[in-house]
Amino acid sequence: MRRWLRALDHRFDGAFGAAADPLKQLGALAFLLLWLLAGSGIVLYALLETSAAGAYGSISALSREPLGAALRGLHRYAADAFVLLALLHLLREWLLGRHDRFRRYSWITGVVLLPIVYGCAIGGFWLHWDRLGQFSALATAEWLDALGFLGSPLARNFLYGAVSDRLFSLFVFVHLGLPLLLVFACWAHVQRIGTPRVFPPRRLALGTTLMLLALALALPVQSQGAADLASAPQRLAFDWLLLFVHPLAAATSAQFAWALLALVLAALAWLPFASRVPRAPVALVQPAHCNGCGRCVADCPYGAITLVPHPLRRRLQLAQVRSALCAGCGICTGACPSSTPFRAGAAFVTGIDLPHEPLAAVRERLQRALAAGARRLVVGCEHGARVDALAGAQVAVLTLPCSGMLPPSFVDYALQHGAASVVVSGCREGGCEYRLGPRWTEARLRGEREPHLRPSVPADRWRTVWADAGEEARVRAAMEAMA
Amino acid sequence: MSNWRSWLGQAVLYGLFALFIGVFSHWPAYQALPPHEAVLKVSFIHHGQRIAPCRPYTQAELAKLAPNMRTPLKCERERAPVQVEVDLDGATVYRHLAQPSGLSRDGASSVYHRLNVAAGEHRVVVRLKDGTGPAFDHVRETTLRLQPAQVLVIDFDPEKGGITFS
Repeated sequence: MRRWLRALDHRFDGAFGAAADPLKQLGALAFLLLWLLAGSGIVLYALLETSAAGAYGSISALSREPLGAALRGLHRYAADAFVLLALLHLLREWLLGRHDRFRRYSWITGVVLLPIVYGCAIGGFWLHWDRLGQFSALATAEWLDALGFLGSPLARNFLYGAVSDRLFSLFVFVHLGLPLLLVFACWAHVQRIGTPRVFPPRRLALGTTLMLLALALALPVQSQGAADLASAPQRLAFDWLLLFVHPLAAATSAQFAWALLALVLAALAWLPFASRVPRAPVALVQPAHCNGCGRCVADCPYGAITLVPHPLRRRLQLAQVRSALCAGCGICTGACPSSTPFRAGAAFVTGIDLPHEPLAAVRERLQRALAAGARRLVVGCEHGARVDALAGAQVAVLTLPCSGMLPPSFVDYALQHGAASVVVSGCREGGCEYRLGPRWTEARLRGEREPHLRPSVPADRWRTVWADAGEEARVRAAMEAMA
Repeated sequence: MSNWRSWLGQAVLYGLFALFIGVFSHWPAYQALPPHEAVLKVSFIHHGQRIAPCRPYTQAELAKLAPNMRTPLKCERERAPVQVEVDLDGATVYRHLAQPSGLSRDGASSVYHRLNVAAGEHRVVVRLKDGTGPAFDHVRETTLRLQPAQVLVIDFDPEKGGITFS
């Protein structure tokens, strides 16, 4: 399944570029849509007459103006796209196994988001108070009544004459209150992500917005007649993406729909606890070699590191790893200024390191390979192109848990100790297993992020190649081009 | 990928996404109510009668009560469930026993039921029992012509004479 997904990613990379591939930006795109929904929603709400009698007329009048029609369509289609992208995001993360261990919190908060998202979407239809809104509001009331905890049936509010303005105010409250809750829940969802991507690349954002606008203009959202409680809606142009639960409950039963919803959410929430994937050993801090500079805190992709008062050195801080959140990727090791192989001394100990893959062992492997005559160094990661296949008499290969574990000074060290060229490889942009490896590595090597490669290192003697598993030929080509 | 291919690829992918949204946000149409059908809604909120009539306290019972609690009548809190039956053209289409709400079963019994019926002329008989006896306390029958998609509400309002059709 991963191979299939990777192949699909590559197709999209070809069209959009790896950095702007929408399949790797699904969460960020969802945030963009939230902005579009909020912006268009605020304008629509300002123009909406918030009464049962006036709502339909005000929205219909708005829809007769091109700008109003575009706004209304943008709001509807952004909601459709938001739901679609949220589900695709969930599916992708599940297929990639990104739902357990240190990602458990993000997964479970994401599951909680799903019913809130649908609640927001369904409530929006009621505000127009057309036949579709009437159908949805009544169907929702009947569905809630099936729970049996309410003193009197909600559906009785829709029996006679017109809906009261008081009830309509409740509709407004639902469609304003739930989105506010949604914003808070989205904030909570990214709390255990370091440097979360909450906005897609500009090109992708512009393209998505223009697409939705074009759709809104080409296929305007039409009203379906004013609500009339004395007659039941018959045939409706139906938004299946947002309102599918109504036909589901009608075709089965309200209780079945509730049971199915509960089962699906429970199954999704249970997934992280069903995982048997063993935890990677977490990073360990060496207090004697840590001065609390905070670079590992800034670079950690899962916010697993905090700073606490240093027990040994007054006025300094000490990094502290929260083991439940640590992915064992080693990006923190690459960020630590102490992780320089140029350090003399009997033991090479850095401020923060992976106990199962210590930097001292990495340096030792590099030293042995260079001493044995290797003239080229290729550094790769466990999830990207399999650089081990490139090992040879002249080629030293280092495979790290993540390319972000590589301190930039290792490139300098290799070039000073016999290597003619260094190729650093890892997952394609946007596809890093640990989110930020290639991004931080690229920035450190270009001198844009601390710790950085010394500017005196000749730029023509190293390069980066971001290649996924199966793309070893690209790494080989880059290596041979530098020969 | 060369520039024009990249732009074409993007256009195709954006287009497919927009097409998917455009199609499934409008189509297929949903037949919420089959043609030539109307909707019958049976709904009321009504307190059943008390399960036992109020009676005067005996002297012994009054003596046991605190002076400020000595009301003349003792009334049971619990109410009888409300039973409703609806016949359509001689066949019973709905029968329900609504229990009183509340921990002490002294609240109102509430009913909401919706059923689709064929449009046209129908003989509707509604029977409601809110007491403890065997017979139905309220019965009303009428002949109605229902238009397609019309909503007929059967309610109970003591102030309007009992069973109502609207």
